[in-house]
Amino acid sequence: MKTNDNVMIHVKNLKKSFGKLEVLKDISVDIKEGEVVVLLGPSGSGKSTFLRCLNQLEVATDGLIVVDGQEITDKHTDINKARENIGMVFQHFNLFNHKTVLQNIMLAPVELKLMTKDKAKEKGMQLLERVGMVDKADAYPVQLSGGQKQRVAIARALAMEPDVMLFDEPTSALDPEMVGEVLAVMKELAKGGMTMVVVTHEIGFAREVADRIIFMDGGYIVEQGTPDEVINNPKEPRTIDFLNKVL
Amino acid sequence: MTENVLNLLAADGEAVGGIQGFFVGIGNAIADSGSTILRILSSYGPLLIKALGQTLLLTLLSLVFAMIIGLIFALMNVGKNRFFNLIGTIYVDAVRGVPLIVLAFFIYFGIPVCIQAMGVPGFKLTALQAGTIALAMNCGAYMAEIFRAGIESVDKGQMEASRSLGLSYSKSMRLVLLPQAIRTMIPSIINQFIITLKDTSILSVIGFPELTNMGSTIAGNTLKSLETWAIIGVMYMIVIITLSRVAKWLERRISIEDKR
Repeated sequence: MKTNDNVMIHVKNLKKSFGKLEVLKDISVDIKEGEVVVLLGPSGSGKSTFLRCLNQLEVATDGLIVVDGQEITDKHTDINKARENIGMVFQHFNLFNHKTVLQNIMLAPVELKLMTKDKAKEKGMQLLERVGMVDKADAYPVQLSGGQKQRVAIARALAMEPDVMLFDEPTSALDPEMVGEVLAVMKELAKGGMTMVVVTHEIGFAREVADRIIFMDGGYIVEQGTPDEVINNPKEPRTIDFLNKVL
Repeated sequence: MTENVLNLLAADGEAVGGIQGFFVGIGNAIADSGSTILRILSSYGPLLIKALGQTLLLTLLSLVFAMIIGLIFALMNVGKNRFFNLIGTIYVDAVRGVPLIVLAFFIYFGIPVCIQAMGVPGFKLTALQAGTIALAMNCGAYMAEIFRAGIESVDKGQMEASRSLGLSYSKSMRLVLLPQAIRTMIPSIINQFIITLKDTSILSVIGFPELTNMGSTIAGNTLKSLETWAIIGVMYMIVIITLSRVAKWLERRISIEDKR
């Protein structure tokens, strides 16, 4: 794939505790521009927390995170500005229920004065075209299926023209027949060269789309490598154990 | 006219007694009251309307300020800043812990004394000013709780999604959380409106010329307590029932919108 050597996300000795519970113990990883990284691991392994640290929805307890040259763990960094560049897609979609599909997409670019209303609308329609949701532009989130909601959520994140996209179990809340349509959008995005970090249980997607798989357990990175290395030939007993359970 | 009909009925029977007499007695009493009410209405009507206007004015003013106070303290309470949390909690606890009548006396009689002592001789609050402050403070504390519950009822993913797009906390609150919270809050807010409207009657004690105060005056002048208070009660009832009908209608409209 179009991976080059520019480091997009640099994480060094990241630690995160909730009270006395230490969820991330010592994470160091570099993710390159255009790379698609899938985080695998049993629940409670810290993969979602790690993802949420990358845009500081969870404030790191210790360590360094640099995204696209911005040190987001630095208290002096304008975190709102940094987040404009980091899109996030949630397990439960989190569409703004009081706004239409198009308004959901336009809200942030217009409010942050990155685009005029007209420009944002145009951009919004383009994105809806891309995720196959043009005919629902004026619908409200309650009228959409889960798969449709998630595709809109992806479009909403893309409207900010981010350089990085984070996906936090984007298909876990979906009915099985809707998983495919969301994964298709994500695949297309990966092909377009987007830097993506994805927490998922979809091993098939990981195998097909990921450049690298990171297997986490107990707050540590246990094993990482290409899908072939990690899924087909895992070395660590914990990885083998996990894959035996899910495959 | 009713009186005449009843008198005729009474005169018809030779000896009016027993059960028949009892009913005739009630009939007469009602007829008497009816005419008394009409007399009160005709001589005090304009004053009653004016007093009702004062009640509504006081309610409206208090509610406007109560909404502002409520929103401010609710935002203090839902935020993560411990200091603001503490202030918010103290305010709500303090105001809810004091009867409105005590608060009204404190503000109307107490505060001017305090301000005079601080070097503003002759400082006074009008009954409307003191009344508005007391009611707004009181209603504001309850409003703060309504707002807080409303904001907390919105799924926390909404705030996260908004923040992840780069919107600030205050923009997220204003554009994403509050518009959604307000929907769930409307029934409670209108309920609080009604309570505040009724609470204005308590301010008759500091001499504010609202409806209940006018009731006391009229009852004193006419010595017709039964009829006077019936009139006052019905006047409150009309306004409040109208208000609750509007609330029902609003609620229905919102739930229809939600099903869109």
